[in-house]
Amino acid sequence: MFLEYLNIVLYDLLKITALLVPVLIAVTMIIWLDRRVWGAVQLRKGPNVVGPFGLLQTVADALKYIFKEVIIPIHANKVIFIIAPIVTMSLALIAWAVIPFSETLVLANINVGILYIFAVSSLGVYGIIMAGWASNSKYPFLGALRSAAQMVSYEVSIGFIIINVLLCAGSLNLVDIVLAQKNIWYAIPLFPMFVIFFISALAETSRPPFDLPEAEAELVAGYQTEYSGMMYALFWLGEYANILLLCGLGSVLFLGGWLSPIDIYPFNAIPSPLWLIFKILFLFILFALVKAIVPRYRYDQLMRLGWKVFLPFSLFWVVLTAAFLYFFNLLPK
Amino acid sequence: MIAHALVFYLLSSITILSSIMVISSKNTVHSVFLLILAFVNVSCLFIMIGAEFIGMILLIVYVGAVAVLFLFVVMMLEGNFVKVKQGFLQYIPFGFFIAAVIFFELIIIIGSWQYKPEFIKTAKIAYNVKETNTEQIGKLIYTDFFLPFQLSGIILLVAMIGAILLTFRRRDNLKRQDILKQTSREREDSIELVDAESNKGVKVND
Repeated sequence: MFLEYLNIVLYDLLKITALLVPVLIAVTMIIWLDRRVWGAVQLRKGPNVVGPFGLLQTVADALKYIFKEVIIPIHANKVIFIIAPIVTMSLALIAWAVIPFSETLVLANINVGILYIFAVSSLGVYGIIMAGWASNSKYPFLGALRSAAQMVSYEVSIGFIIINVLLCAGSLNLVDIVLAQKNIWYAIPLFPMFVIFFISALAETSRPPFDLPEAEAELVAGYQTEYSGMMYALFWLGEYANILLLCGLGSVLFLGGWLSPIDIYPFNAIPSPLWLIFKILFLFILFALVKAIVPRYRYDQLMRLGWKVFLPFSLFWVVLTAAFLYFFNLLPK
Repeated sequence: MIAHALVFYLLSSITILSSIMVISSKNTVHSVFLLILAFVNVSCLFIMIGAEFIGMILLIVYVGAVAVLFLFVVMMLEGNFVKVKQGFLQYIPFGFFIAAVIFFELIIIIGSWQYKPEFIKTAKIAYNVKETNTEQIGKLIYTDFFLPFQLSGIILLVAMIGAILLTFRRRDNLKRQDILKQTSREREDSIELVDAESNKGVKVND
């Protein structure tokens, strides 16, 4: 009886490790990729010293952070101060549980997968608010307030975009959503929504041009100002894990997840997890290019874009999609 | 089954403990965080009984949005704990009144639990194991309970517009930016080349 439970638990733990270790390695790799792309756009080389092509740069950075002293400000609220980076990192990782790498290769194939991801990403704001409040310092607090407002605003439009996809797919299960894209990827019929999803994902993960929570010219480093050593590294890795997650979500919702672009020989011979990884990389390189090319938004412009442009437009598109599907009798059964 | 029960007791005891700590904690921000903990555990309990849709919606709406606003307000209002404590005795009778009302309501609900089998028989949609509960809820609220559902939506919309209107004030002496106007500016209507005469300069209108 007890051994049976132990068996189940150990087997699940093994599966979780098999998922999380590649994700963490991927996070360190994309940080390197981000810096290389950024360097290439600015005609620099970027990190190229540690390891082959500089691939181990992030590992070296992370090791450096581990050996640095962790400083906790005297007037900080210690418990919440320490919990905040842990919350950020773990929320960025637990959402990976429902991302499908192929029709069978998914850790938790649950019926409400998309709602789960949406819920977890809406909790992501707590790591930042907790960090900002617990630091007991002006810049982190202002950064936290900004980011809370920013993330809550863009979540609304992401919600409507997800509704569009759900209307077409007729299921909340991510595997079903991908399988519904066998004939056509949703990026094509819902192209405006794909663009808005991409921009909202930038805002949701506080990437440039929407990195206002940590706008260094105004707020030093925003909510991370008082953090040092390993706790800073957790924020840093968590942020990139989140970016990777939203790239994954984008490829599952719009780019057909693990499906190959055309179902003919040389393409469908490539194993399906690889397709998903290609798509995630494609989206991530777009993220990195945007960071290098676009200057930072002003805060009121950011809010205007979220509430006055994206929200009405995506709401309108929900009505349009629903009406189109209804009148042409295309609603999924 | 034992593991199921153990997880249930773990989650429910965390829920109860954190709810008690919400009202006993001295720091209001801690109270809000404990409230969030209670919400998360309640949503786990919902998922345990198979109501995954309600569990997720609880997380998205209450934890992801409502509690963030709570936290905002509480963080901004910080510092007046003593004043808040002063009114404590004054409000005790009222608090007891509300507690009593909720208590009796709970008794009524739990008391009516014995009619549950009959109630299930009269329910309009039969419990179907093959459908996910998202589908079942959707079918229910868009068919039999369509009117109440839409009405509650409209009431919420009206409340939202009312709240915006109450806090909205238009200030006229502000310089506002019109992004469309800014981006549609051409070279012709913004730059003018003038030959300035020495010692006289150029007169700038506006």
